Amino acid sequence: MSMDNTIAPLSVKDLSCRYTRQNNYALRDISFTAKAGTITGVLGPNGAGKSTFLKSILDLLPHEGSVKFFDGTLAKNRQKIAYIPQRSSVDWDFPVSALDVCLMGLYPRIGWLRRISKAHKEEAMHYLEQVKLQDFAHRQIGALSGGQQQRVFMARALAQQAELFLLDEPMAGVDQKTQTLLFDLFSDLKQKGKTMLIIHHNLQAASAHFDHILLLNQTLVAQGAPEQALSEDAINRAYSPIEA
Amino acid sequence: MLDQFFIIDFPALVIVTLASILCALLGSFLVLTKQAVMIDAISHSVLPGIVVGVLLSGSFSILYVMAGALTSALIAVLLVYVFQHWGKIEQGAAIGAVFTAMFAFGVLLLETQVGSRIHLDTQHVLYGALELTYWANPFEWSSMPTQIKTLAVLLIITVVFLLAFFKELRLTTFDPTYARIMGYKTYLFQITLLVLISLVAVGCFEATGSILVIALFICPAAAARMLCDQMTSQLLLSMFIGLFCAVTGYLSSALLPMWLGFDMTVNSASVIALFSGIGLIIAIIASPKYGTFAK
Repeated sequence: MSMDNTIAPLSVKDLSCRYTRQNNYALRDISFTAKAGTITGVLGPNGAGKSTFLKSILDLLPHEGSVKFFDGTLAKNRQKIAYIPQRSSVDWDFPVSALDVCLMGLYPRIGWLRRISKAHKEEAMHYLEQVKLQDFAHRQIGALSGGQQQRVFMARALAQQAELFLLDEPMAGVDQKTQTLLFDLFSDLKQKGKTMLIIHHNLQAASAHFDHILLLNQTLVAQGAPEQALSEDAINRAYSPIEA
Repeated sequence: MLDQFFIIDFPALVIVTLASILCALLGSFLVLTKQAVMIDAISHSVLPGIVVGVLLSGSFSILYVMAGALTSALIAVLLVYVFQHWGKIEQGAAIGAVFTAMFAFGVLLLETQVGSRIHLDTQHVLYGALELTYWANPFEWSSMPTQIKTLAVLLIITVVFLLAFFKELRLTTFDPTYARIMGYKTYLFQITLLVLISLVAVGCFEATGSILVIALFICPAAAARMLCDQMTSQLLLSMFIGLFCAVTGYLSSALLPMWLGFDMTVNSASVIALFSGIGLIIAIIASPKYGTFAK
C-alpha cells in the first residue's frame, strides 16, 4: 500500500529558531516531512537543538519558517497531536495519581463543565493497561520509578487518541523493561498508521527502531533512511565541534 | 453573656470561618504551583489601592475598596513582570522590591491623606480589627456586617469556579505546557486565580489585616500538602485545617485571657496566625508519609 497519497502529518519548511533577537540561532533552516505511519528518530549531540526543534514545532518557542500539521495549523489539529516532554518538566510532588494524569488525555473529549465519569476512568484504565501500569493507577506519580513515569505520559498520549506523537527523549533514564515496552508500543502504533517523532540519544540500534533519521547539530546535518543518514561521514560532521 | 456572644463573638466567628475556608482553597493553588510568595506580594500591594478607594468614596465602601485593591494588585503583578523581563532581575527580587515599595506608598498615603476622618489606621491595616466587628441583631439581615456579606459572595464565586473548572485547573496547574499545546488558555486560569486571591486578600483585610492573612493562605495549604496525595483531599483538608486553626484561635483569644483571670485582650488575628503556624509545624513533624519521622 502506498502512503504517498495520504496527507503528511507534519511538514516543516525552513525552520529556524533563536530565543531572543540578540541571540544566535539555536537552529537553522530545517526542512523535513514526516510521512504517515513512520517513526522518525531525531539524533545529535547534546546541545544540538533537538528539544528546541520539537518546542519550535509546537509553538512553545518563537521561530521562523513554516510548520504544517496534517492539512493545516497546530490550532486546528491539537487533538491529533500528543507531546511527551522530558521527564524533568513537571513537578513530581504534585498530588495527582497515574490515573489522574492519564485521564488528562481525555479532557478535550470530556469537554467543559462536565465531570469525569466512571466510563472515562475505565477508558483511562485501559490505556494504563497498555503500558502495564494498571496496578499502579492510584499511586502518586512521584512514587513511581522513572520508567513508570514515562509510561504514564505515554498512556496520556494514547488516551488522547493522537495521530502524531512527538516525544522528547522518552528513553532517557528509564529501565530496560520500559524501553522494550515503549519500542513495542511504537511499532504497534506504526502498524495502526500513527506517526512518531522521537528524540533519542543513542546512535546504536537506531536503524532497528527508526524508519527515518534527522541528524541535527544546530542545522540538519543529514536526513534519510538510517543507513544513509548515519554514515560515518555524517556522524563525524554532526559530532565534531562546529567551526565558528 | 449570651447576648455579648451573639453580638460580638458570633459575627467574628462567621468572618474567620469564611476567611479561613477561602484562604485555604485559594492558598492551595499557590502552594501547588510553588507561588506562595505571590500572596506576600498581593496582600501588601493592595494597600495603596485600598487607601485610594477609601479616599474616593469617603468611607470604607466595599466596592470602591475592592476596585482600588484589584487595580493595585494588577499593577503589582505587571510591575513584577516588567522588573523581571526588562530589568533582568530574578522573580523573588522583583516581587520583594515591588511589594515593599507599594506597601510603603500605601502607608504614606494612609498617614498623610486619610487622617482621622475615616476609621482606618496603620495598626488596623497590619493586624486587622476582628474585635471591632459587631452584629447588632444576628437574626436580622439588614444589620449583617458588610464583611460577612463580602466574604460570603466571594466564597460562592470561588466554590462555583473551582467546581466548574476543577479538571482544567488540575491540568493547567500540574502541566501548563501540555495544557497550552492542547489549546487551553492557561493564562486565563492563572489570572482568574490571581484576581480571586486579590479580592479575598482584601475581603479578609478588615478581619486579619494585610500581614496575618498570609498565614491563612499558606499554613493550612502547606500543612495539607504534607498529609495527602490527592488534589481533592488537598483542598478539603486545607479547608478543615484552616477552619480549625481559625475557630480555635479566635475562641482562645476571646475567652482564654478572661478564664485565666487576666484583665486584658489579645489580638485575635495574631492568635489565629500563630495557631496556623503551629498546625503546619505539627504536620511537618507528624506527617505519616512525608514527616520528619516518616520512613
